[in-house]
Amino acid sequence: MSDKMVFLALQDNEDARPIREAIEADNPLAVISQYPGVYKIDAPGRLVVNRESVEERLGRAWNPQDIHLLLVSLSGNIDETEDYFALERT
Amino acid sequence: MQVDIKSLSIKPLRNTFDQVVRFTGSDKSASRYLEATIGVQPEVNFHYKPLWSKNRDLYDKENTLIVMSDWYRLLDPRQYYYGAWTIARSKQQDAAERNFSFVEKRNMLEAIPADLRDKIITTFLPLRHMEYAANLNNTYMSAYGYGVSITQAASMCAMDRLGIAQYITRIGLMLDGNSGDTLKTAKAAWQNSPAWQPMRELTENMLTTEDWFELFVAQNIVLDGLVYPLMYQSFGDLTSASGQTSFAMMTEFMSEWFDEHVRWTDNIIKVAAAESDSNKAQLGKWIQQWQPQILQALQPVAQQALGSAAQAGLDAAVAHLSARLNKVGIN
Amino acid sequence: MEQAKKMNMKDKYNAMTGDLGWDFSYKTEAEIFPLSDFEGIKIEDWSKWQDPFRLTMDAYWKYQGEKERKLYAVIDAFAQNNAHLGVTDARYINALKIFLTAVTPLEYAAHRGFALAGRALPGVGAQVASQMQSIDELRHAQTQLHTISQYNKYFDGLHDPFHMYDRVWYLSVPKSYFEDAASAGPFEFITAISFSFEYVLTNLLFMPFMSGAAYNGDMATVNFGFSAQSDESRHMTLGLEVIKFMLEQHPDNLPIIQRWIDKYFWRGYRLLGIVGMMMDYMLPKRVMSWKEGWEMYFEQNGKMLFDDLARYGITMPKFWEQSVEEKEHLTHKLWLTFYGYGHAAAFHTWIPEDSELDWLSEKYPNTFDKYYRPRLVYLREQEKAGKRFYNPSLPQLCQTCQIPMVYTDPKNPTQRVYRESIYKGDRFHFCSDACKEIFDHEPEKISQAWLPPHQIFQGNCGGATIPDVLKHYHFSENDGGEFLHSRDNANWNLWKGLTPDEEAA
Repeated sequence: MSDKMVFLALQDNEDARPIREAIEADNPLAVISQYPGVYKIDAPGRLVVNRESVEERLGRAWNPQDIHLLLVSLSGNIDETEDYFALERT
Repeated sequence: MQVDIKSLSIKPLRNTFDQVVRFTGSDKSASRYLEATIGVQPEVNFHYKPLWSKNRDLYDKENTLIVMSDWYRLLDPRQYYYGAWTIARSKQQDAAERNFSFVEKRNMLEAIPADLRDKIITTFLPLRHMEYAANLNNTYMSAYGYGVSITQAASMCAMDRLGIAQYITRIGLMLDGNSGDTLKTAKAAWQNSPAWQPMRELTENMLTTEDWFELFVAQNIVLDGLVYPLMYQSFGDLTSASGQTSFAMMTEFMSEWFDEHVRWTDNIIKVAAAESDSNKAQLGKWIQQWQPQILQALQPVAQQALGSAAQAGLDAAVAHLSARLNKVGIN
Repeated sequence: MEQAKKMNMKDKYNAMTGDLGWDFSYKTEAEIFPLSDFEGIKIEDWSKWQDPFRLTMDAYWKYQGEKERKLYAVIDAFAQNNAHLGVTDARYINALKIFLTAVTPLEYAAHRGFALAGRALPGVGAQVASQMQSIDELRHAQTQLHTISQYNKYFDGLHDPFHMYDRVWYLSVPKSYFEDAASAGPFEFITAISFSFEYVLTNLLFMPFMSGAAYNGDMATVNFGFSAQSDESRHMTLGLEVIKFMLEQHPDNLPIIQRWIDKYFWRGYRLLGIVGMMMDYMLPKRVMSWKEGWEMYFEQNGKMLFDDLARYGITMPKFWEQSVEEKEHLTHKLWLTFYGYGHAAAFHTWIPEDSELDWLSEKYPNTFDKYYRPRLVYLREQEKAGKRFYNPSLPQLCQTCQIPMVYTDPKNPTQRVYRESIYKGDRFHFCSDACKEIFDHEPEKISQAWLPPHQIFQGNCGGATIPDVLKHYHFSENDGGEFLHSRDNANWNLWKGLTPDEEAA
């Protein structure tokens, strides 16, 4: 397990809610902090946003690339497929 | 609803930026296009001569033989600033997405006869490489050109060409079920087949053109002006003749795009030609230099695409371009 | 239907980008990409380029179109509701004047710079990423213009930003910074901007302005800021990928890249001083101090970034410690400079109120009360006595960063730092060892700089008097000077129905 941190900062709006909830559910070590207009999610080593997880909460199909609409900032190397969007740092 | 009475009596001090006032001649409220475009590029007092140029400045009117008293007059009739362009393109990509989806869901590509399928692979798909070259050429224009009016449009055009190259690639992947085999075949044709060598050679030559306005004429006026009518109209008609609408559906984006492209490019050379006799002469000279070479390179491609209808297709393309040039006053 | 072997996302993206290129044979690579090796950077294998993000153009248009729709809806609503009246007070607008004249032109400069790189770099992946950034930067320049357009209608100093950018003495700082990068080769440019600026220093530009906007009721700028941030995330990932790629391609690249990192860290840090000044002096509701911002975003965050790169042999930028030593002095010096030259600035200046001076005392416990507060209080007294101070001289600038030579030795804060070099018989002056070192490495280039005071003295700026020069700058009589005496202030009081006493409270 690495102690190198990654983070994802998302806009604080309705569209981001299901994504935030999916992240919380799938990343037990993630810490979510709230700032004006922004949610910052920090995690050690790897942070993953799973398409299925989001779709469950959203109620319709979701493309991991849609996260581009909500990004405020990020830190870490991007790993993306049709099924997830992840950040990692080893 | 409460309205603040005080705010109603607040008059603006001015209606727009000074640089827009200088351009239009009056301080009236200005369009988003004008506010985003006029006067934004630096003009004087540069700090360092670029390490990559032959004694030119970072932005330099001398990068071309064309002379304009006001480079901002090369306006875009589409009035594309970034926002207007992306919103327009997002609607077009949505339509394209539905078209591709439609074709895929109904397995329409399976109905394409084998010889037509081969033609699409060896004669249409290689255009993705030409579009990539067009992307590089328009990027060159946006890098070395002068004034926001034309350079922003060239930038957007460059990204459009990448988008088109990607749609063409997608057509290949639809045909080969995502294996990529059609793209390999098409690339081999581009790289090695006799029919494509004159065009590939011309494409590589064009990539070394130094005068960015000459490149505009060669790529955006002449080459596009002949290739699009030939491949999207004449070849397109051929594919539909056998009852196939899938090709037309999957290339609708490109056909619509070309009509728009013509509106922009025609206005550019119209305004540049009207500026002076020497501009007009120079534009004519470039067209006379490039058009015969391009036509010659297109011959074997047209042959492969249209067979006995090749000459008619080329003639139609030439007629289309000539009509445009006559209209804007360049012969 | 037979299941054909399907491509994964990475291969599919390669089909959409890398595979568009081909082996040139009628012209050589060198003829088609003539700028690719004059800088000494060695790239052995462009196919090793890892795309930092995989946006095809259709996806780009979809997402960016959506963002633009939302953004312009808010800009329209802002205008319709006269929401410029919602800012904390009119002093805040002066932060936007700096933004429009100093930052927006840099977005445009980045648009053109990335177009140069997008054509000059030989790898398709690098071309596509550069071109996308180029068009993103055009977006930023234009959305900023559209956002601030509303403010231009009601406040002064915003009316001729690009004319000013090309001429005004303090705007040569950002202009020369970016022109240094854009006039260099493609690899230096992307190291300077993608890495040093968009990755290492970006938070120090955006967070102050955007948080400042949020704290001060500037809905329009907050709106723009959030919308741009998602683009910035892509730019950051490009910056990181670019640096790793160059370092992994050849060990000979390391010293070249390290020198560029050192150079542009320093020039970028010098440029950001004006942002720090804005944070500490110009926001009616302050977010955090420059000191706090530098600690958070450079000392902590920046260190982490460089730790990541240590495996390649990259070290923290040379002279970084000096930025830490200076952090309690920097903004006060700059504000005092602009206050004194307030008659020649296109934004207003003023002395902070007591509560604000107290805030500064608290945030800068080691320096403010000792070196700066007494001067500010003295200047306020002068203003009250009708003798508002304006400095009638022209400042001596540092040849490299082009900022007035106001920097003092952190170990001896009453002594200015003066460094010099002789080149081709002329003496050049510098504010620091770092700026001198930049010059000494490329004297032929840096000696060319268009220094405003020199140009004024040479008669290239409209005439021999300050009024002549301000006319040349297209300053109106309402653009500069003391905020309390300004048209902005008078109008603000009128619009908000305030008496002068209420306004000052």
